[in-house]
Amino acid sequence: MTTITSTAPATATGGTSASAHRAPRGRRLLRWLFVAPALTYMALFFGYPLVNNILISFQRYTPKTYFTGEAPFNGLDNWRAVFANELFGDALWHTLLFTVGSLLGQFTIGLALAVFFSRRFRLSGLVRAVLLLPWLVPMVVSAVVWRRILDQEHGMLNSVLHAVGLVSADGVPWLSSPSVALLSAVLVNIWIGIPFNMVILYGGLQEIPRDVYEAAALDGSGPWRTFRSITLPMLRPVITVVLVLGFMSTVKILDLILALTSGGPADSTQTLGTVTYQLSFLQLDFGQGAVVGNVLILISAVFAVLYLRANRADFGKGK
Amino acid sequence: MPSLTGRVRAGAARAAGVRAPALAATLACATAALGLTGCAAEPDPGTVTVLNSATDTAEHTANQRFFDRCAAPLGVKVEQISVPADQVASKALRMASSDSLTDILELDGSELPQFAQTEGLRPLAEAGVDTSGFSASATSLGSYDGVQYGVARSVNSLALIYNTELLKDAGIDPPRTWAELRDAAKKLTSGDTYGMAFSASPNADGVYQFLPFFWSAGGDEAELDNGKGEAALQLWKDLVTDGSASKSVVNWNQQDVNDQFVAGRAAMMINGPWQVPVLSAQKNVDWAVASIPVPEAGKAAVPPIGGTVMAIPKNDDTAREKRAAALLDCLNSEQNQLQWGESVNNVPTRAAAAQAYAAQNPKLAPFAELVETARSRTAKVGTGWPVVGDALAGAFQSVLTGRTSPDNALQRAQQQASAGK
Repeated sequence: MTTITSTAPATATGGTSASAHRAPRGRRLLRWLFVAPALTYMALFFGYPLVNNILISFQRYTPKTYFTGEAPFNGLDNWRAVFANELFGDALWHTLLFTVGSLLGQFTIGLALAVFFSRRFRLSGLVRAVLLLPWLVPMVVSAVVWRRILDQEHGMLNSVLHAVGLVSADGVPWLSSPSVALLSAVLVNIWIGIPFNMVILYGGLQEIPRDVYEAAALDGSGPWRTFRSITLPMLRPVITVVLVLGFMSTVKILDLILALTSGGPADSTQTLGTVTYQLSFLQLDFGQGAVVGNVLILISAVFAVLYLRANRADFGKGK
Repeated sequence: MPSLTGRVRAGAARAAGVRAPALAATLACATAALGLTGCAAEPDPGTVTVLNSATDTAEHTANQRFFDRCAAPLGVKVEQISVPADQVASKALRMASSDSLTDILELDGSELPQFAQTEGLRPLAEAGVDTSGFSASATSLGSYDGVQYGVARSVNSLALIYNTELLKDAGIDPPRTWAELRDAAKKLTSGDTYGMAFSASPNADGVYQFLPFFWSAGGDEAELDNGKGEAALQLWKDLVTDGSASKSVVNWNQQDVNDQFVAGRAAMMINGPWQVPVLSAQKNVDWAVASIPVPEAGKAAVPPIGGTVMAIPKNDDTAREKRAAALLDCLNSEQNQLQWGESVNNVPTRAAAAQAYAAQNPKLAPFAELVETARSRTAKVGTGWPVVGDALAGAFQSVLTGRTSPDNALQRAQQQASAGK
């Protein structure tokens, strides 16, 4: 049955892996040729910078390097200097708080809105379009506008809160107190991230077949039970995507914080992103900057692996 | 130790080929291309290139006019490559790595040491640039390790800008000492208006504004914890706790401070002459300039000197260096300096031009006086400045937000500054 001659199509019978083994050299070469552009692209634009960044973190890489080309290896000096820097520990902690806070807020509000809009009602399309606005505004513009809104004395937020009697005339020091500034940054980032979460989750909700809900309704399940036993499990693959992508874009955040607080007051909003910017581009110590960059890459890589594993599990179940 | 990066190989090729420039250039070019650093085309012999931060159309055009005027007698054209100010350094470094740096490099004065240290810049005396007759502060701004690498056409500093009407109504003269400043700020604070505004943001703006107070008190950037700078931190802290300055100063950059002043929400502010076009264009607030208040009467204010300096990167083709030098000499003639200074509201660096500038712009005369005693940020600590500046920012931010006391803050700042070395 499996008499495959060299002229027969390789995929006619048998497993693809088995036939690949027996494929003639010309065909194998051809296959690699098709993969080659993608591989070259990956190697050039992802592999090279990655490897280079790791190398730089073990080198004394200064402005002089750009002129002379000399970047002597200095072992773990850069790593030691970064880990000894108090700011690094603070920034790590702030990055964690910022990321977890932003994701929690973006996701819950995004999901709530997605569920809300998945019912059809008048003007739903219009309201959804308006909700997309934060996504369309460039990050730096949002930050500048929010700086005005959050101004302690003349900001809109404090005057509204004061008008409804929630805060005293002094107002909340949104951006001028070290104990509040990180929270403010999280709030602004939640505002920016809601549309992304809402759109993706809304798309996921549309994929869930209506009849499942009808069956649940016939079985007498209430809204909360339906949400927990049907919506959430069936939305799981989409939720993973949203959370992982959200994580990756949040953990490296830089422009929002630079425009909002420049890392202040008193370093209370420094994150790994701002620290690596400061080291590389203000102090021009590229070696130490690369160390922080590598830590960021490592953190992202861990989550990328988790994401891939989660996806593989889904595929394994025949999805 | 050998390295695997392409950039380093390109550098080695360049170093090895000093005696055969043409071959070296091709070799470096080929290796650099492999190392993805890109490779510039052969430079046009009739064009002098300049890297600067004149991204603003008006400034770019004005600049081009001065360049053209000076280039015409040399029979060359000038091409400006303008990128945002905070990207000049990194752009210049990228260009340097591919051996395509411009003939003239215009850097912020505080960035010069980092470039001078690379030995990639030609000392001005060697290039044949006339460096005589400049103010001492301007020379210091363009120098590293006692050698002058950069020449400033004009410089700026900080002064006290005040709302003449509000001060007159309150019967107050512009304060000259810290005690007077604190007193005046208190009296001028009412309703929506604070007596005083300044920038205490955790970046270059805030550090620049803190320096006149820090230095006038006897603070030392090489020894932050010498016991003198605390008074400056205390003054800032007092202004905020008195309610004479907004708590938001920790967020305001120099632009925000100017906005507050123009909106009538501040009676006095610390700011620089680059705000003059905005101030002159508005009609609501009458303003005047006074010197920065000093700790005690009779002392001279020590503000920082700021501005850009033009440097000549080393070039294998000495004819190009010579042309760049001739261009710099022309740009810095007394007449050109004066006209340039007036077009950007900065003070010319040749003594005679500065005098003429003060006489023709009486409103800005205090700036012309201030730059004479002004001090360069990098004169003492050189390439260490970014780390020191960062440590200082940390100090005033933690004092203003009540996290620590002034003496603790400066001790910590000194530790940070020496750890960063």
